Amino acid sequence: MSLLEARDLRVEFASRGRRARAVDGVNLAVGAGEIVALVGESGCGKTTLARTLLGLERPTAGTVLYDGKPMSYRARDLKGYRREVQLVLQDPTGSLNPRHTVYEAVAEGPRIHGLPDEERVVADALARAGLRPPERFFLRYPHELSGGQRQRVVIAGALALDPKVLVADEPVASLDASVRGEILALLLRLRDDLGLSALVVTHDLGLAWNIADRVAVMYLGRIVESGTVEQVLTAPRHPYTQALLSVLPESPERVVLSGEPPDPTRIPGGCRFHPRCQTLASGAADEVATRCRTEPLTILPASPDPNVACHYALARQPP
Amino acid sequence: MSLLELDDVSVTYRIADGDVPAVRGVSLSLAAGEALGVVGESGSGKSTLAMSLLRLLPRDAQVTGRIMLDGEDVLAMKWGRLRAVRWAEASIVFQGAQHGLNPVQRIGDQVAEPLLVHGLATSDKARSRVTELLSQVGLPAWRARSYPHELSGGQRQRVMIAMALACSPRLIVADEPTTALDVMVQAQVLTLIRDLVAAQDIALLMISHDLSVLADVCDRLAVMYAGRVVEAGPSYDVFHDAAHPYSRALAAAFPTVGDPASRRAPRGLGGDPPDPMDLPPGCAFQPRCPVAVDECATEDVLLRPAGERRTAACVHVGVPAEETTR
Repeated sequence: MSLLEARDLRVEFASRGRRARAVDGVNLAVGAGEIVALVGESGCGKTTLARTLLGLERPTAGTVLYDGKPMSYRARDLKGYRREVQLVLQDPTGSLNPRHTVYEAVAEGPRIHGLPDEERVVADALARAGLRPPERFFLRYPHELSGGQRQRVVIAGALALDPKVLVADEPVASLDASVRGEILALLLRLRDDLGLSALVVTHDLGLAWNIADRVAVMYLGRIVESGTVEQVLTAPRHPYTQALLSVLPESPERVVLSGEPPDPTRIPGGCRFHPRCQTLASGAADEVATRCRTEPLTILPASPDPNVACHYALARQPP
Repeated sequence: MSLLELDDVSVTYRIADGDVPAVRGVSLSLAAGEALGVVGESGSGKSTLAMSLLRLLPRDAQVTGRIMLDGEDVLAMKWGRLRAVRWAEASIVFQGAQHGLNPVQRIGDQVAEPLLVHGLATSDKARSRVTELLSQVGLPAWRARSYPHELSGGQRQRVMIAMALACSPRLIVADEPTTALDVMVQAQVLTLIRDLVAAQDIALLMISHDLSVLADVCDRLAVMYAGRVVEAGPSYDVFHDAAHPYSRALAAAFPTVGDPASRRAPRGLGGDPPDPMDLPPGCAFQPRCPVAVDECATEDVLLRPAGERRTAACVHVGVPAEETTR
């Protein structure tokens, strides 16, 4: 059963007098002990989706379910929820207060939640985040730490509340290459040792390949393809996924989509990807071209089976 | 003859707490039409090295060694000459396209500025040159009237590249030109840089922390660690068959999607880069090195031959292969 789930979720914003449909109908589930990568370009709505799952944004429509129950937005319920589902941000320098010691930074959550035995909680969290011996880090300030150590402090702050799910937004994007692997290995180890689930929001397909069990590819507010990492990343069916994979270094044939990622205030009709679709442009999809331009695709279910929202891929699929 | 030749270049920042040796004796050369990638982590000295090429470093930085640009010593240039060289012979594309442009000036005026300052065009001619430059980087002519905030990150980076091309320089230094950009936009900008360099016979020095991106764009790579080049050679060899354990770790940090060896197996290095004011004795990489031996703690290894057109600074290099494989 899924631990954290988005059901037909929509989140809209007003943007310069227009409505931006940042999340435009998404089903997504993270199971217990599962690592799911949510992949897409900036502006695709992946960060909005993550924030909504954390209760930081209210959905315009649809529901967030945790442990099978719809999320309640009452202050007391949110406080309890945020013990269970913790956020890890991209830039550890920005998310740590420069005037707080490591101890203060990690102890903040346990204090808010009134956990007993604070010093032991902080020491355990630091040790689990790989900062050992923890006492040596108690009185250090963020500027005395390296980037990798700072990100570990941020992760320790999340672990101090003994959460069930981590939502990590680009957890290694601002880290150096040699440190990156260590932090990803930490996320994997936390899953293996503590059974922690994670939703990792990233634009980095290599990261998904490194640690995720399943991957969901998001484009303009919708999941356009999902499945296990092996299915989606080695045999992608959606032209957008194919293009994302093709621009990785070393890939044999490059499909560089022209133009910028499109605008959530002007979502094209039909398939939302059709104006940039290389398969449609090449003529390969002629038999379904009219449907691509006019017929919207159904919203993909949250099931763990492979799913794709593409007329061409669906038409070629054996029934 | 090479267009750019660095000979034993060192940069030391003199700050209140003492001297910080950011770059320690780097020698590199770059020919016209060639692309050289310099890769390293933050603090490796790669950006300091890039800035030193056109003497763009702050006053407290002391540069020694020789930087020859087209046969002329950059470090010995008078200010007037240096100003003439900047933009016209060598230009820089900085990493933050967001901050490199003036927010209250139209794109067209900013691209034209180096042309006018260097007296390379009258304001009429400059306008048509701006149109030409914008089209080279894939932007429509009407964009000249836009302000930076009206452009996306990728478009702003294209404008930065158009500015760098404005005076037809022979060398372009690109410092993390695509770091803040999305994968697809990054691919667009890299393709653009690669095509322009090839078409105009420009020498490109590209700096990045991402070895896989550099290996894709550049002919040769130099890997920096703690202010030194620890490995240099053809891109393919350095990326696929690194001689230095640090380059190996960097290459492994960017997994190839589909490669079973990296599936659920992220690889990194323990530890952190050293504090330049407190470098370890012997090899600076030794405290993090997975294949360090006793002599690494005492012997400061310099670059040595490591195959055809390749060098690496590691005691294991030059030893028969079976002894180094673990």
